[in-house]
Amino acid sequence: MEYNIPKLLQKKRKTIIELWIKNQLSEAGLREELISNEEIRQQSEELVDSFVSNLTNENINDVYSTDFEGVIEILSGISITRARQGFTPRETGAFIFGLKEALLQLLQQEIKDDKEVLYNATLQLNRLLDSFSIVTFETFIKGREEVILRQTDEITEISTPVIRVWDGILALPIIGTLDSARTQVVMENLLQEIVETGSSIAILDISGVPAVDSLVAQHLIKTVSATRLMGAECIISGIRPEIAQTIVHLGIDLSNIITKATLASALKFSFQSLKLEVKKVQSVKAVV
Amino acid sequence: MEKIPILKMGPFLLVTIQVDLYDRLALSLEADLVQMVNKTNAKGVLIDISAVSIVDSFMGRIFGNIAGMCKILDAETVVVGMQPAVAITLIELGLPLTGVHTALDVEKGMKLLTEKVNIDTDGDEPEDDDNNPV
Repeated sequence: MEYNIPKLLQKKRKTIIELWIKNQLSEAGLREELISNEEIRQQSEELVDSFVSNLTNENINDVYSTDFEGVIEILSGISITRARQGFTPRETGAFIFGLKEALLQLLQQEIKDDKEVLYNATLQLNRLLDSFSIVTFETFIKGREEVILRQTDEITEISTPVIRVWDGILALPIIGTLDSARTQVVMENLLQEIVETGSSIAILDISGVPAVDSLVAQHLIKTVSATRLMGAECIISGIRPEIAQTIVHLGIDLSNIITKATLASALKFSFQSLKLEVKKVQSVKAVV
Repeated sequence: MEKIPILKMGPFLLVTIQVDLYDRLALSLEADLVQMVNKTNAKGVLIDISAVSIVDSFMGRIFGNIAGMCKILDAETVVVGMQPAVAITLIELGLPLTGVHTALDVEKGMKLLTEKVNIDTDGDEPEDDDNNPV
């Protein structure tokens, strides 16, 4: 008996989808909160339709055939969405391997009499689906990397806010380690803000910096010098005792930089140099 | 040849650089300024570089030189309106311009100069004369 694998698969499209969905639903860690059965069915149908309708006797051996572009596109789409939704690699892997399972089951049922045909068809489909799995994983990882990159950008953005604490006083709390790239961002933001607000004092609060080594200190000194060149004064505050110890042990000279232990004392100093005074309001009784 | 005007304002000299400085222009500015400080017996020099967008190490050195020379002639130098990019460049070049006073804009620079000159002339005398009504 002659078998035409693509024709057979096209004819048994429904069965494949059912088998596949059954495989997916029986998977132990199915994430019902992330994806509904409806969605699974829709994704599976779309993929199987695209696969079986593009499969011919010519391209069944050629995984790089342009006929599969549509399939790969759908797969990439599903994979990237799953990466963003927070599926684990195992779940995404189970999704695509479930299809292979379903196809092989079907072949086993249909081709009973000819072991050689069965073997060849299995081999061909295996090869094809393995290549699809690789694509799925590549896009899955790409999706995850995009998420990581976006988060990195966000962290850099979030972690360098310039706060206007008073007319003419800016504060810049630095949280996390200062490296060259970050210093650059911090410095640019600070200087830009100084120009925009016409502030004459900037407070650099380093209470959120876990450790200060000579490189970090050098970055700090650079920022302070640049601020000074702009015509504003820069105070470094939030120096923890351990950091003071490290600075002295490393032999870093911060003597020509104004340093304060806390943001509060830095603010107090700024008020003094701006000739401002903070007063307690006399209670009403005392006045009357 | 192009020249950068040096304006006299009371005891101060005001220089606003409106063009991009090239080496020879900067050198002639340096010479003219020192001549002018000497001639007018100025107490302070205010250099506005808000329109300067490009500096190199040479320019940084010229600013430092001007400040040093004026100091010898008993005049304070204030550089005002430096752009962020310029400040970062100078720092990266390792020229923190020590000895040069800086201010955000001309107004603040003038105030700073007045304070400096007043302190210098008055010596130890306190300037806050409005705080002690008799």
